Amino acid sequence: MLEHYLSLFVKAVFVENILLAFFLGMCSFLAVSKKVETAVGLGMAVTFVLTITTPTNWLLSNYVLSEGALSWAGLQNTDLSFLNFITFIATIAAMVQLVEMVLDKHFTKLYAALGIFLPLIAVNCAILGASLFMVERNYTLGESTVFGFGSGIGFLLAIIAMAAIRQKIRYSNVPPGLRGLGITMLITGLMSMAFMLFSGIQL
Amino acid sequence: MSDVKQPKEGLFSKKNMKIFTNPISENNPITFQVLGICSALAVTVQMRTALVMALAVTSVLTLSNVTISLLRKRIPSKIRIIVELAVVATLVILVDQILKAFLFDISKQLSVFVGLIITNCIIMGRAEAFALQNKPWPSVLDGLGNGLGYGWILMVIAMGREILGSGTFLGFSLFPESFYAAGYENMGLMVLAPGAFILLGLLVWVQRTITKTVHE
Repeated sequence: MLEHYLSLFVKAVFVENILLAFFLGMCSFLAVSKKVETAVGLGMAVTFVLTITTPTNWLLSNYVLSEGALSWAGLQNTDLSFLNFITFIATIAAMVQLVEMVLDKHFTKLYAALGIFLPLIAVNCAILGASLFMVERNYTLGESTVFGFGSGIGFLLAIIAMAAIRQKIRYSNVPPGLRGLGITMLITGLMSMAFMLFSGIQL
Repeated sequence: MSDVKQPKEGLFSKKNMKIFTNPISENNPITFQVLGICSALAVTVQMRTALVMALAVTSVLTLSNVTISLLRKRIPSKIRIIVELAVVATLVILVDQILKAFLFDISKQLSVFVGLIITNCIIMGRAEAFALQNKPWPSVLDGLGNGLGYGWILMVIAMGREILGSGTFLGFSLFPESFYAAGYENMGLMVLAPGAFILLGLLVWVQRTITKTVHE
């Protein structure tokens, strides 16, 4: 059982990195990868929110939204799965708000570090993407927690690596038209190629 | 912006056309504003999926711009993000249901990326930056322009990836069998994720060199 979770975790971090293989969370990845410190902050906030929202959405999906899920309430034939999108995004926005409030009250230091990134996260595709993948792949509650956490760590890893490279590349002479987005995309391509080497790893 | 009586403007006046054409080239949402990259890369393995995606995003973008522009005086600024998300999510659900009903196989291929139109930064970005301050008609043009600007980049990347990666164009095979017999091979890299990143990087390079914009 543990092995199964471990292999799912490794898959989410390396083999099927949510950013480098599925392109999710690119906007914030490109915008916030100029400095390593901010990249760490955003990465941690994303991991945190992903680990909470993926299982929450699992519960919602399996006990309220999917076909026959409301049978505990006596409604056998309801299928509300078309409400997936709007429920998930509402949950994510609400969770982000909650997390922000709790951190502000009880973990002031962590809040100071993550604070500015939290509101950004509500519209980060990686968060919604993880929830949608969780539904599509029929994960269990445990699996979806591990998947959410693993995807977060994968995002953290990729964004820190990118920020480190971009800090170095400031001293290189990049052709004018390629500066900014162009060279960043090329580097991301190379990174994604490097991560592909992990494919086929089985634990 | 206050809506003080301005001199009457034609529907296709110069200013309005500028709103429409600007995002197609000079101020392209993908290559200049760096928005909506996620879906631009994920759905471009084939041209068919890219085309459907471009149409879906353009229609959601235009409709959400109009809706938000119509509501702009009633939305309290504190909860505007939630209102925008609700409008966009509703439109995306509609698009998803339509795709499932009429283009089921493509909707399966696009999988989660239809849902991810909700978090496509272009849509929220245009709602925030344009629709909240402007009248419905310019918002329609802005939505259409940005949708087309997004769409043509998507189609170019998809064309590159499909021709190089699978040797086909909209599903029709381009190279005769004798090519493959003579040793020509499809470039497997293009079908995979890195190919998309590299192709977009090169496209940005070309476009920015032509328009001579330098960032950073």
